[in-house]
Amino acid sequence: MNIVLRLAWRNLWRHSRRTWLTIGAMVFSNILLVFMISLQFGMYGLMIDNTLQVFSGHMQIQAPGYKDDQKMRQVVPDVQPLAARLREELDSDLVAARGWAFGLASSEERSYGVGIYGVEPGFEPNVSNIPGLVNEGRYLVDNSAMEIVIGEVLARNLRVAVGDELTVLGSGVDGSFAAAVVEVVGIFESGVPDIDRNIAEMSLGAFQEVFYMNGAGHQVVLFAETLAAAPLLQEQVKGMLPTGEDLIVHDWDALQPGLKQAIKADMSSAFFMYGILVILVAFSVLNTQLMSVLERTREFGIVMALGLRPGRLGRLVMLETAMMGFVGFILGAIAGAIVTSWFTTNGLAIPGMDEMAAQFNLPSKMYPRVNLLTMFVGPAVVFVFTLLAAVYPALRLHKLHVVAAMRAS
Amino acid sequence: MRMFPVLCRLAWRYLWRNHRRTIIMVGAIAVGVWAMIFMTALTRGMVDQMIRDGISVLPGHVQIHNPDYLDDPSISNLVALDDAELNERYGEAGFEAWASRVRVPAVITSERESRGVTLLGIDPAAEEPFSFVDYDDVEGRFLEAPDDKGIVIGAKLARTLETEVGKRVVLMSQDPDNDIADRGFRVVGLFNASMPAFEDGYVFIGKQAAQKMLRIGAATTEVVFLGEDYRDIEPTYEKVVAGADGTVQVSRWYEVDTYLGTMLEVMDGFVLIWVIVIFLALSFGLVNTLVMAVFERVREIGLMMALGMKPGAILGQIIIESMMLLAVGLAIGDVLAWASVQPLKDGLDISIVAEGMEMMGASSVLYPKLYLYDVVLANIVVMILGFLASLSPAWRASRYEPVEAITKV
Repeated sequence: MNIVLRLAWRNLWRHSRRTWLTIGAMVFSNILLVFMISLQFGMYGLMIDNTLQVFSGHMQIQAPGYKDDQKMRQVVPDVQPLAARLREELDSDLVAARGWAFGLASSEERSYGVGIYGVEPGFEPNVSNIPGLVNEGRYLVDNSAMEIVIGEVLARNLRVAVGDELTVLGSGVDGSFAAAVVEVVGIFESGVPDIDRNIAEMSLGAFQEVFYMNGAGHQVVLFAETLAAAPLLQEQVKGMLPTGEDLIVHDWDALQPGLKQAIKADMSSAFFMYGILVILVAFSVLNTQLMSVLERTREFGIVMALGLRPGRLGRLVMLETAMMGFVGFILGAIAGAIVTSWFTTNGLAIPGMDEMAAQFNLPSKMYPRVNLLTMFVGPAVVFVFTLLAAVYPALRLHKLHVVAAMRAS
Repeated sequence: MRMFPVLCRLAWRYLWRNHRRTIIMVGAIAVGVWAMIFMTALTRGMVDQMIRDGISVLPGHVQIHNPDYLDDPSISNLVALDDAELNERYGEAGFEAWASRVRVPAVITSERESRGVTLLGIDPAAEEPFSFVDYDDVEGRFLEAPDDKGIVIGAKLARTLETEVGKRVVLMSQDPDNDIADRGFRVVGLFNASMPAFEDGYVFIGKQAAQKMLRIGAATTEVVFLGEDYRDIEPTYEKVVAGADGTVQVSRWYEVDTYLGTMLEVMDGFVLIWVIVIFLALSFGLVNTLVMAVFERVREIGLMMALGMKPGAILGQIIIESMMLLAVGLAIGDVLAWASVQPLKDGLDISIVAEGMEMMGASSVLYPKLYLYDVVLANIVVMILGFLASLSPAWRASRYEPVEAITKV
């Protein structure tokens, strides 16, 4: 081993307790960082996927203005043929047409206002997780049957069960009075109260008939293979829109503007906390290295008298810090990965979190996932700040007066 | 005990013997404590605002319902107490405010569109303390009396419905016999709210107008009460219970809005975890500093013991030193936290993530809240844990053999 390396390594272990304590601070922060960052990014991914899988999709084709106003007459004309054409041209099943209307659903005993989606029974399961959440009865099958699937809370509030009839009242696309009697064929439970209370689905054909849609709908939902591939698909879809019609393709960020922002808000508060942790580690290192420089004043004086430049000594101090930081980096990353992996298999459940998690379409148990990025990014930042903290002690060496230093007690 | 002042003086002088180390450690403690308190103040501010907003969307602090209403919020589940009876029971009980109201789901229809809303039949004067609507910030006018014949809707809803002040809309709901109850109203005012969801979701009509439309006589669906502070609602709760009989159910706000209730609990837990994590990150540096401080003066300690100082006094002296270090750091951290919260008193604008905050149920201006409780908690936790952390180095210092210690190089 190179003599300088050996010197630095030995210097480090002169006060092994102090070195271990400083490394301990790094390891502690690194474990937390690895765990939190893994948890966070896993959570964001889930949040995005789960939210988009409810209704938004990766993108939607809509009439201009529909996104904000959701007015009945802001339609996508001939919506089913359009969806069929896109499926064919994109060679993808992840495309489905929908209509949406607001209506008053009445059972024998109760009436509630609900949002009613008209969906393509054959394709909706590809773009939404609602069909898979039907736990009583069945999902829609026939594109023109007068059937409806409703949320679990809504069913309870309306006091209906599978097989009962509902009267749906609303207004058609031209503002005229729309009414129909439909049979409840299925009840879904998403676990999100707002959805279970406010949403009903019927098949698009029947929907168009009830609300006088004349073949039109309100949205075509599309998914790309992955979230990352969505922008490319969006460009493709834009090129395939029927000419002469005024239609827009919205990406998921436009459809769910709260989502990215919620993530951003959460990230900024998380980064504040990480920043504080890193700064505290830096203080610890600064303290240790300053002590280690000061207590060696005499020694440094002697070697400088023998001709060693302060710059070299400074590099020696930096090297010691780097070694210490490296031990902390490796141990912290490994320990962090181990701790996180334990939660990957066993899951993390925070008592009382269920309700908050549901607000963001998250499961009540979280499974953080370690990958190379989440394992090393936190410890790497700690390492950099460790080095920065040692700059001041290293620079102090330049101020050392050889004679005075040799005489220091 | 006679020794105490001497020990304090000794500890204080030792502390400043190596002033650099002490200053660095004080700096670390101050930054840590600042972060604890500042972050807590921000979180508290957010949750506080959420709960205030949440409570202003009507739960009040304590509510009375029909025992079946919370499970089945239907017009059939009424509170059959009229105003005279309520007044007799609660008029003189000394609440900050109380109001009875009719609250049912309804459908609002303009000539263009229909939407589901929560219909509130209110007594405008009694309702003002509960309301999220600023009566003066209304385009047109707010309701003036319980028998007002107009309707006030949100500005955003008005845009969706393409209606405006002076135009007519139709409200549709059900009466207790499940017959459709509908009535036309003239829009007299458009209100603005801090959260778009409120503007979309609530419409106000006079209480008597609602009772007439829904054919419920003088009955209401809920009575709400406001105490002084949402954190301390037990006195209010007991007063309400005292006036209630078996026909109604009395609930606290966090039982009605479980999301907000959980939020508060989760945040309390978060504050404590945050304080402890920061302290742990600090503790490495603290122990390190003490170990060094003892190490440097092993000989002096040996000498003092040889001169007759008891091990207990050595132990006490090191602990006092540690406590002094912490106290100085805490004091500076507290002042820093206070100083950084002061300029934010008027609110921290985070509207760039407004929609994300709305997903969480928070508004886009953050008012940090410095609670004495949180400051005291942070300080006490740091002092207690700091005491525990310094036990080990202090213990070791007090166990030296005087002869060995004196001769140690």
